[in-house]
Amino acid sequence: MALELQLISPVEVAKDFALAVQEYTLLAGQSLTNFFRRPLYMGDMLQQADLIGVGSLPIVILTGLSVGALLALNSASTLQRFGGITLIGQLVSLGMVTELGPLITGLMVAGRNASGMASELGSMIVTEQIDAMRALGTDPTKKLVTPRVGATAFMLFFLTIIADLLGLIGGWGVAHLLFGLDTQQYWTSVWQILVFRDVFTGLIKPILFGFIIATVGCYYGISTRGGTQGVGRSTTQAVVASSVLILLVDFFVTKLIFAVFGYR
Amino acid sequence: MASPTLPREDERAEAAALPGCAIEFENVSIAFDDKVVLSDISFKLAHGETKALFGVAGSGKSTLLKLAMGLIPPDSGRITVLGEDVTAMSENQLFELRRRVGIVFQESALFDSMKVYENVAFRLIEEKVSAEEIERRVREVLRFVELENTYDMFPSELSGGMRRRVAIARAIVTEPQVLLYDSPTGGLDPVTSNTIVELIMKQRDVYKTSALMVTHRLQDAFTMATHQFDKAKNQMIALPKGQLSEVPMSFLILRDSKVIFDGDAHQLANSRDEYIREYIS
Repeated sequence: MALELQLISPVEVAKDFALAVQEYTLLAGQSLTNFFRRPLYMGDMLQQADLIGVGSLPIVILTGLSVGALLALNSASTLQRFGGITLIGQLVSLGMVTELGPLITGLMVAGRNASGMASELGSMIVTEQIDAMRALGTDPTKKLVTPRVGATAFMLFFLTIIADLLGLIGGWGVAHLLFGLDTQQYWTSVWQILVFRDVFTGLIKPILFGFIIATVGCYYGISTRGGTQGVGRSTTQAVVASSVLILLVDFFVTKLIFAVFGYR
Repeated sequence: MASPTLPREDERAEAAALPGCAIEFENVSIAFDDKVVLSDISFKLAHGETKALFGVAGSGKSTLLKLAMGLIPPDSGRITVLGEDVTAMSENQLFELRRRVGIVFQESALFDSMKVYENVAFRLIEEKVSAEEIERRVREVLRFVELENTYDMFPSELSGGMRRRVAIARAIVTEPQVLLYDSPTGGLDPVTSNTIVELIMKQRDVYKTSALMVTHRLQDAFTMATHQFDKAKNQMIALPKGQLSEVPMSFLILRDSKVIFDGDAHQLANSRDEYIREYIS
């Protein structure tokens, strides 16, 4: 049997992309408006919070600690060369709280949970469980999407705080144990460098990232086509799309906050 | 086998005697991409009637049920379910209507992360029925399908036939006015298929629920047309030769996206259409 190579029209690709964006926007909007419509599935939200939050804790602890330690280790040698090793606390603090804490936590949770959501909802689609839910008079976006969105945004906020703290501890470990920096000096510089804008930036991002992770994961899950192979494809796409969106949104949010609050 | 004790039998028999149609399709067409699946389909399902729907694989039988449920919209035409125009309703309005219609999916579509009890109770939990009432009704329908012992089991622990029976229990737990069965005996062995047919017959004859049943197995539909459920004996019994069930039973055959037959067992048996004769032979 001869294999035929089918060329896809760029117009079709553009149409499909526009349709996907439209469907994603509708789902994301619906997931938010559902918070103001009854019933609100609090039980499902708590269950998801446990799965997403508590389940992601080990990976967040490990990455937070490593990133903070690595940040300190990589910058310490340069700072030492200029006699500025005492600034290491400031550098780790600013880097972790405003940027790396939310970003790394977001990416880790995206890898773990966007894929989980896409595969779970994708499997439900191919086994007609979502149709069954609709047939039983229940709105799947209310029952499945909104609890995941709420739980992810809520839990990512706290996971980021934990990652920030552990990053700072990792940085202290390197600064104190390898470079002999005084503990008091380190933690004072960590604390003193932070202003409201930094903390605000670092805490607004995980809420947005959580929303992206859950909506993208659910969108790819719900739009799964093509059986088990389709589930695999959705899972991969969910991780890639959510990670890329997190990076993009991170850039624009940072830029927006700079525009609103001004540069340091 | 325990005797069925589902409540409100008289009320439902009265509902079955209502004038008009439980389901009506008027010139309904639907295509997926360029493939026309159903073209200009029109038929009626009267209150209390059971209609068996036949057609070769890919003839649009399951699509027809999904259209009736409002799970997919038609490209053209009008579908009325229990007097309400499904094609003109929003998804939120459809959720309300779907509470009065039960469906049994081809592969059961049980929620695999929930136990049998939770699957069957799903709609009752959503309707905030009290826990005691939920337990009573779930046990009752599980007894009806003879699976009370599976109460705490997960769907993955059940056989195909048992899953199908749980799906039936889930569909009837809220006592719907219309039931849609999508190949309820598909892929099952003859003994299990017979059990499922008997259950559907029990639902039909005891509760007079209107039903649309997609099936590949002609013998299932003929069994339903030539037998009736004896409540006293709690089993189905064959009717005397030539006598048909008291509850209206009809047949609808789809071919090339169109309805080629819509009538009762006598009309089907006497049809001169070559395709139909070949189909039923």
